[in-house]
Amino acid sequence: MTPLLKCDNVSVQFGANTVLDKLSFHVEPGDYLSVIGRNGSGKSTLIRCLLRLCPLTGGSITTAEDFKSSDIGYLPQQSDIQKDFPATVEEVVRSGCLGHHRILPFYTKEDKAEAEKNMHRLDICDLRRRSYRTLSGGQQQRVLLARALCATQKLLLLDEPVTGLDPEVSAGFYNLIRELNQQDNIAIIMVSHDMEKGLRDAKHVLYLGENDQYFAEIDEFRKSEIALRLERELQAHSHLREVKRNG
Amino acid sequence: MDNLLTLLTPDLWNYVVRYGLIAGIAIAICAALLGVTLVLRRYSMIGDGLSHVGYGALCVASVMNLAPLYVAIPVVLLAAFLLLWLSESGRLKGDYAIALFSTTAMSIGILFSSKAGLTNDVSHYMFGSIIALNENDVILCVVTAVIVIAAFLLLYHRIFAVTFDQNFSKATGIPVHMYNMVIAALIAITVVMGMMLMGTLLISALIVVPTLSAMRLCRSFRGVVIGAVCISVGCFVVGFFTAIALDFTPGASVVVTNMIFYLLCCLIAKVRGAE
Repeated sequence: MTPLLKCDNVSVQFGANTVLDKLSFHVEPGDYLSVIGRNGSGKSTLIRCLLRLCPLTGGSITTAEDFKSSDIGYLPQQSDIQKDFPATVEEVVRSGCLGHHRILPFYTKEDKAEAEKNMHRLDICDLRRRSYRTLSGGQQQRVLLARALCATQKLLLLDEPVTGLDPEVSAGFYNLIRELNQQDNIAIIMVSHDMEKGLRDAKHVLYLGENDQYFAEIDEFRKSEIALRLERELQAHSHLREVKRNG
Repeated sequence: MDNLLTLLTPDLWNYVVRYGLIAGIAIAICAALLGVTLVLRRYSMIGDGLSHVGYGALCVASVMNLAPLYVAIPVVLLAAFLLLWLSESGRLKGDYAIALFSTTAMSIGILFSSKAGLTNDVSHYMFGSIIALNENDVILCVVTAVIVIAAFLLLYHRIFAVTFDQNFSKATGIPVHMYNMVIAALIAITVVMGMMLMGTLLISALIVVPTLSAMRLCRSFRGVVIGAVCISVGCFVVGFFTAIALDFTPGASVVVTNMIFYLLCCLIAKVRGAE
């Protein structure tokens, strides 16, 4: 199978600071790649590279022939600006279709149908006239996901999608992503710092450390040195928390 | 009432009120439309900053005996692009770049005009002179309005997308930078034209307040855009005629009308929220 997206020795430097160092991995159609790593490990930079928002200083990102970089559906972290933005759910979802044509000043029938389908798929049809700013965090994420689905049917790029959601809602959101991946065969790249839940449904893992990086299938990753080390750290961390809590 | 009757002789209606009304409505529409995207992107102070830059340019122009608008428009355009570039490249964070620009330009203007003695023109631009417009000014205002309205009609959905989420828009292949440039250019021209009407100190109110009022009342982007335009035009007309009737300064009267309406909108939103 030809990969949808392939990164070869991708490097990014800001001045003397190397943020990404010769990073190589690929994403196949229907794949589910979890990118994990601490804050500052270059996750956000990687996203910006994949979206072509950040120039590479070395290496290359290639895509399959029938796949443009603008075919990536992107679910960004929420910005402050959006929190009080007056826009209805329908307006936000439809805006995902704008990449389909360059000049038309209005949405076509197909665009509207596409938006309708994705609102239906994410169960937010009832919210269509509601204002985005009055929705709960989980609902807002669904709206943004519907917008991302309007932009693509092939690859979704999710940036810390459950930040700020309570555990129950975030579990529901992970299930939703799994459904899109397994039933609709949409490839997923999910960036997360949650080792446990972020990896639950993954097929491949890309680990970004401070000095090392590792790309492997999920089973292989779980057996690796890095996974064992991360687990130990996680346990030590929760142990520490326990100790703190108990006085 | 004496004032109104004595003022509204046919001659005066023709040369003063009609010109002021047409130009004012045109600028009120531009300011409201552009204000929506500025306020929502947290660039509210850009109107204020650019008007100070414009003021500096006008002072320099009138001291050097150049046609004021032909100096001010290019200078403000340049400032708008520079601010845009600074904020996009992350070299300076939006708000202090504006503070830096506006005070620098303003002080250069004051430096020039104090050397030459503060002329009548210069003080007109400080407080606006809706009644001293000539035919060319009015035509320029109307042309600006036509361009701004056309841009909004054609680019409405893209302006929404760029305002709501720049990164997503870039990722889906919308030329965000180009739209930002277009918006910056339109703002620059609107601010300069608005300065003549409302004055340097007050034009930014015309950009910001109608959007804030509309945001209290409407929940959709379309609603806010249409609402802001209606509120802006309505408040301008009310403020303008109040000024004529009661012999106020028109610019200030329009801004106060806008503020009163904003408070009213807050009240309505509160009552609605409590229900």
